[in-house]
Amino acid sequence: MIQKKIIKKHPLAIRWFHWINFPVLGVMIWSGLLIYWANDVYKIGFGSTTLLKFFPTSFYEVFKIPYRLSEGMAYHFLFMWLFFLNGIAYVLYTIFSGEWKLLMPNRKSFKEAWQVLLHDLHIRKSKPPQGKYNAAQRIAYSAIILMGIGSIISGLAIYKPVQLLWLCNLLGGYKMARIFHFALTIGYVLFFMVHLMQVILAGWNNFRAMVTGFEVKKQIKDTGNVSEIPDAE
Amino acid sequence: MLNKTIIGMSNFIKNIFSKDRNLNVEQLIQKKTILSFTFFIAFAAFAFWGWKWLRNQPTESGKTSVPLRKVLNANEKIFSGILSDKHLAKTFPVSKAVNSARVNGYLGMNNNFDPSTWMMNVIKATGDTLKLNLDDIKKLPKTEIVFNFKCIEGWSQITYWGGIKFSDFIKAYNLDTEAAKKFLGLRTPDNGYYVGIDMPSALHPQTLLCYELNGKPLPMNQGYPLRLIIPVKYGVKSLKRIGDMFFSDSKPPDYWADEKGYDYYLGL
Repeated sequence: MIQKKIIKKHPLAIRWFHWINFPVLGVMIWSGLLIYWANDVYKIGFGSTTLLKFFPTSFYEVFKIPYRLSEGMAYHFLFMWLFFLNGIAYVLYTIFSGEWKLLMPNRKSFKEAWQVLLHDLHIRKSKPPQGKYNAAQRIAYSAIILMGIGSIISGLAIYKPVQLLWLCNLLGGYKMARIFHFALTIGYVLFFMVHLMQVILAGWNNFRAMVTGFEVKKQIKDTGNVSEIPDAE
Repeated sequence: MLNKTIIGMSNFIKNIFSKDRNLNVEQLIQKKTILSFTFFIAFAAFAFWGWKWLRNQPTESGKTSVPLRKVLNANEKIFSGILSDKHLAKTFPVSKAVNSARVNGYLGMNNNFDPSTWMMNVIKATGDTLKLNLDDIKKLPKTEIVFNFKCIEGWSQITYWGGIKFSDFIKAYNLDTEAAKKFLGLRTPDNGYYVGIDMPSALHPQTLLCYELNGKPLPMNQGYPLRLIIPVKYGVKSLKRIGDMFFSDSKPPDYWADEKGYDYYLGL
């Protein structure tokens, strides 16, 4: 006989922080694009060869980016507060609730993260250990916090490069601080794409947990013996 | 069929309102899921409504709406607190400066300008106008600066300027009453470009009334004969070719803030 069990997974606070951050970061990236367009000098390439220009004209046109610098700045400098306050609240919560213990990579994480990658790419069959978060998740979700801190620091350095000259110097100067700020944003977009794919692959039970807070575990109940069935993926 | 649907729905509603201990696991999962997702969708709808509200606010100046303008002004209040005469823009050796400084705009640079008749009009608190020519300005001690000029568009350039400190100018012409006002206003002779600057930023030791670029008189397209260079602001505040200078406790007109919706303060 199969029995279902409700297991608490994500605390309410973390669900709030996550779902507030999602649209806020979206607005920050959009308004950042409006700003970046006014001097869109970054590209990936070598010598005189450009492999990827940030961004192609068609991209700007699709998202209606051109000639909106003042609008972009106005939105960026409003939503920066929401991004900052929500981020601070999240970090403080993880510290004081003890959630950080489930989130921070430990000694085993870097080795195990490799196993997660191989497993996800269907190269390795056996499943790597999965607590609340597996090793790859621990690394990714901790890195994204560091990236958020990096965005705030590099953002402040660009915002007040004279009054906070020390901060600007710390990042290698004004131009370098701008590059960091931009690169981190590209990082968020890449993170989001992988994250979204993983959420889709992990399925309903996992996604529901981010909204409801609980996960459903199935158990086979024989005469007295209880054994867990791994989630259907 | 219809009967079944109605019974199903009424059971479902009963589940949501009944106490948890009366429900089996399956019903409990259903109840918790429905409740959470209802809140979740309500939150999303609220966020969406808030966004629509913000997008539909009437614009006050330029393209910036009233609430966004309020936030820009609130940010000014917060960040003008760290403005200090001790915080200086980083300076560089002359060798680091570019040979030809970028010319990014021609607003206020009317072609009919006659340099031989140019005078700067300093409108004093008494209402009198102090008229000064370039020689009057050059009499004051010269100050040079090589710094990274930052455009609001995002580019920056290390440029080499020479002129007199604005604070020296205030002292030399006994403009202390004027400098006690909250704002400095500047206009080009053709009134095509105008800026307002908070007085603490104007009096910052690196703010120059500038008549030289790379050791030579300013080129026409860089605002000959006299322009402002203010490293604690984005380049849009460094008005070229000063015609009138005035002082006021209310915000003087500012082209980019009034016409184009930019932040008024633009402090760096």
